[in-house]
Amino acid sequence: MPLRVESLFGLIGRKTIYVLDNLHEVSSLINDVFYWTLISPLKGKQIRFRAVITEIVRTGYNAVPIVAIIGFFVGVILALQAAYQLRKFGALIYVADLVGVSITRELGPIITAIIVAGRSGSAFAAEIGSMKAAEEIDALDTMGINPVRFLVVPKLIALMLMQPALTAFFDLIGMLGGFLLAISLLELYPYSYYVETLNALSVKDLLTGLVKAWAFGVVITLVGAYHGFKVKAGAEEVGMRTTASVVSSIFLVIFFDFFFTTLFYYFL
Amino acid sequence: MDAAIEVSGLTAYYGSREVLKGLTFGIPRLMTTVVVGGSGCGKTTLLKHLIGLLKPAKGTINVKCGCTSDKCGKDITMMDDAALIEFKKKMGVLFQGAALLNSLSLADNVALPLREHTQLKQPIIDIIVRMKLDLVGLTGFGDYYPAQLSGGMKKRAGIARAMAMDPELLFFDEPSAGLDPVTAAGLDELIISLHKTFKLTLVVVTHELASIFTIADYVIMLDAGNIIFIGTIEELKASPNPKVLAFLQRKAEEEPYRPEDYFKIISGS
Ligand SMILES: Nc1ncnc2c1ncn2[C@@H]1O[C@H](COP(=O)(O)OP(=O)(O)O)[C@@H](O)[C@H]1O
Ligand SMILES: [Mg+2]
Repeated sequence: MPLRVESLFGLIGRKTIYVLDNLHEVSSLINDVFYWTLISPLKGKQIRFRAVITEIVRTGYNAVPIVAIIGFFVGVILALQAAYQLRKFGALIYVADLVGVSITRELGPIITAIIVAGRSGSAFAAEIGSMKAAEEIDALDTMGINPVRFLVVPKLIALMLMQPALTAFFDLIGMLGGFLLAISLLELYPYSYYVETLNALSVKDLLTGLVKAWAFGVVITLVGAYHGFKVKAGAEEVGMRTTASVVSSIFLVIFFDFFFTTLFYYFL
Repeated sequence: MDAAIEVSGLTAYYGSREVLKGLTFGIPRLMTTVVVGGSGCGKTTLLKHLIGLLKPAKGTINVKCGCTSDKCGKDITMMDDAALIEFKKKMGVLFQGAALLNSLSLADNVALPLREHTQLKQPIIDIIVRMKLDLVGLTGFGDYYPAQLSGGMKKRAGIARAMAMDPELLFFDEPSAGLDPVTAAGLDELIISLHKTFKLTLVVVTHELASIFTIADYVIMLDAGNIIFIGTIEELKASPNPKVLAFLQRKAEEEPYRPEDYFKIISGS
């Protein structure tokens, strides 16, 4: 019996140490990223602009088709679901409000974040992880090149720009999808749908959505980088970490969404 | 002996396992020092401590640059980041798997430290890169990517990158591991010619017997985290130590584990 108690305490202790270790690693990564993105450029150490451009093309430009397709269908589906309810009240024109507000406030940011987490967050984890396994990170370090500055900062800047941009694009295409469905299947007048949408949307809705998107971009980059750097050796571990990065960034995105939405609800 | 690096009491752990057990030795300046020992005896770990990638649990690593200024003889385990970067600029490392950046061409790989640490213009960098690639026998391969090269060529390119900043100290981890004997001999020749041509202190980690006798001036032999021999190549040949003899005569160790180690392993502690 004493043995079992001991092992229980041992278990709690080990878990605590594990969590604390991870917390320490996360906070030192955030600290490094913060330093190399904001402080060191002020000290004259330039950010690698060419790498930023490459990452913008990879994470932003290349994601345009998939974001457009998904955005379009989400808009269409949303309009159909809204019409299903509103038809009963003869209030079909409010489809415009429902589509516009729910896409800009919620679905645009969150679905774009899930797409980007799957496309780019996983790619970050896989790239950094395989570099870690092949000692490329160590090689950078021995050349006096900070791996966080070299690898993470360009990705972070790219996603901080591209996440809101892709979200805005998703919003636009989603509303276009809703519009096309409304004027064809629902037989609403294009002009009145357009006016109704404009009336429903406020600058606040758009901006809170984009602020969320910006935060999601930061979360996705940090999670991808964290899991990448956690790799010690081997292709198998790279695969595991890549999967883990997608799962935990989607989880964290939803969590932060909850946090921001509550915040905006009470304070804006 | 004029030591370029003086190590004292170096102790390292992975988790609770002691991998290096209080090593004390010097790396003689402008010589080729070979660190030998069987696989898993801690060679790479030792190298990673010498280049400042890992911090030891105990011990000091003093690096002396040969001048007489008071900045000399610093302990790299105590250095701040800025001083450590200055030290890293003066050394080059070839990793066990060459560790070239796969996303960059060879030329860009070699140019990387130059772009990072110097203000040189692109045409000058191009010239330096071509010189370094010539040096290791990879003339004209600048536009190739690491994935397009054979193992031996990758190692050569890794050497070119390590030489990019004209280092005083050069570290090689298993330069000939995983290569066929002919390619391996070619790399040994390259190491010898580099050592003749440049004023360099070389540290080569290897488990290849053939390499030791062709390239070494000075030998450090490790076994399970302890130094079992240290001295010049002549002294090595004359050593009566049974463990050294066993290694030189390629005898398998009769007992792979000592009884107490074996007990530790099976009891999981
Ligand atoms: N990152 C690590 N974590 C835990 N153990 C390690 C790690 N790296 C190496 N080891 C262990 O430490 C010992 C020494 O490893 P290493 O220095 O790579 O040996 P060598 O280069 O001589 O083959 C080996 O038993 C190896 O399994
Ligand atoms: Mg090794």
